[in-house]
Amino acid sequence: MLEAYPHNRLARIVLWGFAALVMAFLMLPTLVVVPLSFSASNLLEFPPHAYSLRWYENFFGSATWMAALRTSLILGTLTALIAVPFALLACISMNRLGGKTAASIQSVLLTPSITPGILLAIGLFFVLAAQRLVGTLFGVLVGHVVLAVPVACIVLLPALARFDWNQVQAARSLGANWARAIGGIIVPQLRISLLSATLMAFLTSLDESVISIFVASGRNSTMPKLMFVSLRDQIDPTIAAISTLWTAIVVLVVLIVALRQKS
Amino acid sequence: MTVTVDPALAADARRERRFFLSLSLPALFIVGLAAILPILWIIRQSFLTTGGEYTVGNYAKVLSSGLTWSALVTTLELSLGTLAICILLGTPLALALASVRPRVANVLMAFVMLPLWTAILVRTYGWLVLLRRDGLINAALTGSGLTAEPLPLVYNFTGTLIGMVHYMLPLFLLPVYAAMRDIDQNLIRAAASMGATLGQVMRTVIMPLSAGGIFSGSIIVLIYSIGFFITPAVLGGGKVNPLSTRIERALSTFQDWGSASVLGILLLVLMALIGVMLLAARRLLAHNTVDASHA
Repeated sequence: MLEAYPHNRLARIVLWGFAALVMAFLMLPTLVVVPLSFSASNLLEFPPHAYSLRWYENFFGSATWMAALRTSLILGTLTALIAVPFALLACISMNRLGGKTAASIQSVLLTPSITPGILLAIGLFFVLAAQRLVGTLFGVLVGHVVLAVPVACIVLLPALARFDWNQVQAARSLGANWARAIGGIIVPQLRISLLSATLMAFLTSLDESVISIFVASGRNSTMPKLMFVSLRDQIDPTIAAISTLWTAIVVLVVLIVALRQKS
Repeated sequence: MTVTVDPALAADARRERRFFLSLSLPALFIVGLAAILPILWIIRQSFLTTGGEYTVGNYAKVLSSGLTWSALVTTLELSLGTLAICILLGTPLALALASVRPRVANVLMAFVMLPLWTAILVRTYGWLVLLRRDGLINAALTGSGLTAEPLPLVYNFTGTLIGMVHYMLPLFLLPVYAAMRDIDQNLIRAAASMGATLGQVMRTVIMPLSAGGIFSGSIIVLIYSIGFFITPAVLGGGKVNPLSTRIERALSTFQDWGSASVLGILLLVLMALIGVMLLAARRLLAHNTVDASHA
């Protein structure tokens, strides 16, 4: 962009120096927890004087954390399994209807992603309280699905726009019913986008904290809820170990998606 | 020319349209159940006493409390402060990224997006570790002799603002970077060949053509900042109380569903006001761009 100005070395150095500082700012909090998680001391000293795996043992040995991990993984899986088919059907619908109808459906489906989490959380809490469902897995699940549907739609809509609908019409004219046309033609061709959508929906549920904080409780507490509660009480290096594992898993998932999309 | 449509075909087309419409129903149902119904329920709850009778007492109580108004001010200070810092930090970073080859920029973007892929509580924990009284940054500051005493960086407004900027910056950066990437390089070359200085090119070519991206980025930052909860709740240490943490306290600590709902409605009204202002601003912006192209 600035190659027309090869002699403005100073401007370039200042710009890149500034950019490097901002990038360091962005990465710092994610990276700083990694060495801490391997510390042998329960003080948050940096760099640690001695290394150990005790905080990882602490995490995997704790019944409370393991229950939360289990809840979060179950919730993430169920969220993805429900949200992605719902989103796929809605995206087919928007793709075929087009025009104002599709635009109105889309704006309704995107509402949850621009509504502040705290409002969804207390509203859902009231609704669930009236049905005596606060603290159940179901309550958190509907909250997570409603947040994952727009995320999945954002991945699937452009993929469907590239899809050649004539294939479905050909299949239909040859006698395939809709279920067969969707399951046999659309799903296999969109498999990479569907995989991305599934992983994004899973991550949305895994990272969702505000609804969990208000609606989940007891045995059904999620990882973010437990982390939130323990961050308010004290800073324990166990959370550094969890954070490191968590980031490693997410980076791995994102890399897989990115590489698959490239190939 | 008149086109006659076979009534059987027209009926078929209508049937197909109904079928496609029905495919949206599951997703629309879940949004209705888990997003729209809850918001309506907040409105209903705001008019109920603890006993379940209709009242406007909740509004009287919340709107007459000084805490509410200070929460409103804190919400605006946090959101606008976050937005201002995002523009200051994000625009030059987007410019730097847009000025290198796409391949290099993509690798750098992956690092920039790392926080976006880090769980919010992980990042909040990272900031606690960095900003505490005996944390890494204070250790570096006192160790190097820059400050004699550790600075109060967290459990206050500063810490909350740092955490929020860190969350919003990648979201702001994406549209700005996209807008800058889309700028036709020939425009810059043309300006340069006619003798424009770098400063003039920035002012008259790059910035006007990035304005749309900066505007979209700003909308995203404002929408997310207004109701942000986790960062103020943890990094604010109870001392920074925007509407979101007030809502939580009303609900969890005082079991006061009515006040929590009224505060929630205030948040909705604030969002709506900002939405209207942004729409007006966008219309103005579009208008000006048209004018500029005519000039």
